[in-house]
Amino acid sequence: MTALSMKRAVPVLIGVGTLVAAIGAIEILIRAGLINRYIVPLPSQIIASFERVIVEEGIPERFWLTLREAFWATVLLSVFGVGIGVLLHRIRILRLATETWVAAMASAPTVLMYPLFLVIFGRNASTIIMMGFVAGLAPVILKTLEGLAGTRRVLIDVGRSFKLTPWQLYWKILFPAALPSIFVGIKLGMIFALINIVGVEFLINFGGLGQLINELAERYDLAGTYAAICFVILVSVLFFIFTERLERWLRPVN
Amino acid sequence: MPAATQLKPSSGSAVAPGRADALLVVDGVTKRFETPDGVLTAVDDLSLTVAPGEFLGVIGPSGCGKSTLFNVIGGLIDRYDGRVTVAGETVSGPHPSIGMVFQEESTFPWRTVIDNVAFPLEIAGLPKAQRYEKARHFVHLVGLDGFERRYPAELSGGMRQRVSMARTLASEPKILLMDEPFAALDEQTRLLLGDKVLQIQQELKQTTLIITHNITEAVQLSDRILVMTYRPGKVKRIVDIDLPRPRTSEIVSSEAFGRYVAQIWSDLREEASRGMHDDEARKRQGGEKSG
Repeated sequence: MTALSMKRAVPVLIGVGTLVAAIGAIEILIRAGLINRYIVPLPSQIIASFERVIVEEGIPERFWLTLREAFWATVLLSVFGVGIGVLLHRIRILRLATETWVAAMASAPTVLMYPLFLVIFGRNASTIIMMGFVAGLAPVILKTLEGLAGTRRVLIDVGRSFKLTPWQLYWKILFPAALPSIFVGIKLGMIFALINIVGVEFLINFGGLGQLINELAERYDLAGTYAAICFVILVSVLFFIFTERLERWLRPVN
Repeated sequence: MPAATQLKPSSGSAVAPGRADALLVVDGVTKRFETPDGVLTAVDDLSLTVAPGEFLGVIGPSGCGKSTLFNVIGGLIDRYDGRVTVAGETVSGPHPSIGMVFQEESTFPWRTVIDNVAFPLEIAGLPKAQRYEKARHFVHLVGLDGFERRYPAELSGGMRQRVSMARTLASEPKILLMDEPFAALDEQTRLLLGDKVLQIQQELKQTTLIITHNITEAVQLSDRILVMTYRPGKVKRIVDIDLPRPRTSEIVSSEAFGRYVAQIWSDLREEASRGMHDDEARKRQGGEKSG
């Protein structure tokens, strides 16, 4: 193993090692009776239940449905969030008038609006995608705005000195400069969206991982419930890997 | 005193006689700013000319309006009294004949060295192969061969400033305008980069205007030095630097160099001291107000 690949592998190994150690510690604490096993199942039981959940509970279809919903919600909030952020940056009066409202929207419990969305979109995946989209929109707008407004003045001056058009200034300087902040917004938005997607699946009993978690919890299949939650985490992990790759492709060095 | 070190008397203008062929003319430029304490005149009725191939240094104490002058000439400030022309054409907004190198680190961190340098060529719409070929020439000119695929974060401060310079030179401006480009660097790097600037100027016959507060740098590089007064910025004196060319940083150890530095400092000392007292008085006033 070369020194470089070793350098890259160390953080991954530490991360995996910490996770394994934490799981082992929980196993020991439960077996020692320090954590109630009727609230938190043994990690070994959860691991053993994976096969059962995958085969008997139709995990692939549910996982695929939640993944698709999360994907479309992320696409929507990226397109509209970044678009609105750019618009607010361009039109100062609009920004001053609405920035506080957008920030307030970030803390609103939009998941409680699901009956309204059900009336508008019907009991289908569109409702779930739109709920995820609305929940994740505010951080994308705010972080896009922050990134664009935080672009160093001198970089803009360089662009002006080369007589860039307003469009070139955005595309060649402001946008790449703001990219790290925009991606933080997208990742945050994606987390909010996924929480809401699973939450609404849980609430309206439509399908996906959220519905499965609800069913398993009602059956008091704790190990299965936690196993299903692991698949929600997997959706999140896959999106993180995808967005990180995308960011590195768009801006190799921060 | 040798003729080479004789100072011209203060004229209030840097429009030297017999400079009808001037490439850059700054004619009676005055720039005022509205501040909470009233109107501040940053630059007052300042005139200067730069002849083709000339290296003009502009030196003054902090707060004398050097950067305002830089922005006016570069077209980044557009509301001012007076006129700036390049080859007879009035400058209103950034002008393709003027290339700017900024004091602050200004490379694009998301672009490699070669992509940074190729930036103006990309904007000009040059095909990829052509712009890379041209960019490589300017990377070589600033002595960064082998670093083409590196990102600015992997370079030192001095190297990054050279990338900025190469990027500006790649746009092939008639006038290179530099605002304290080495201010953030240590003295040794500054002297060595001065050598690089001299070498480039020699090679390209590049008309250059450098704004600085560093006397050594100004004398090392310039054919003429314009000394500015502290606020409002006016021309206090113009000094012809009659040191032999081609120059290198070794010139700093010469006797004539030392005399120029001493004489410019005697002019600048009074202005710098006025600036310092003014700054202290403002801070005291601010303290009393907040107290």
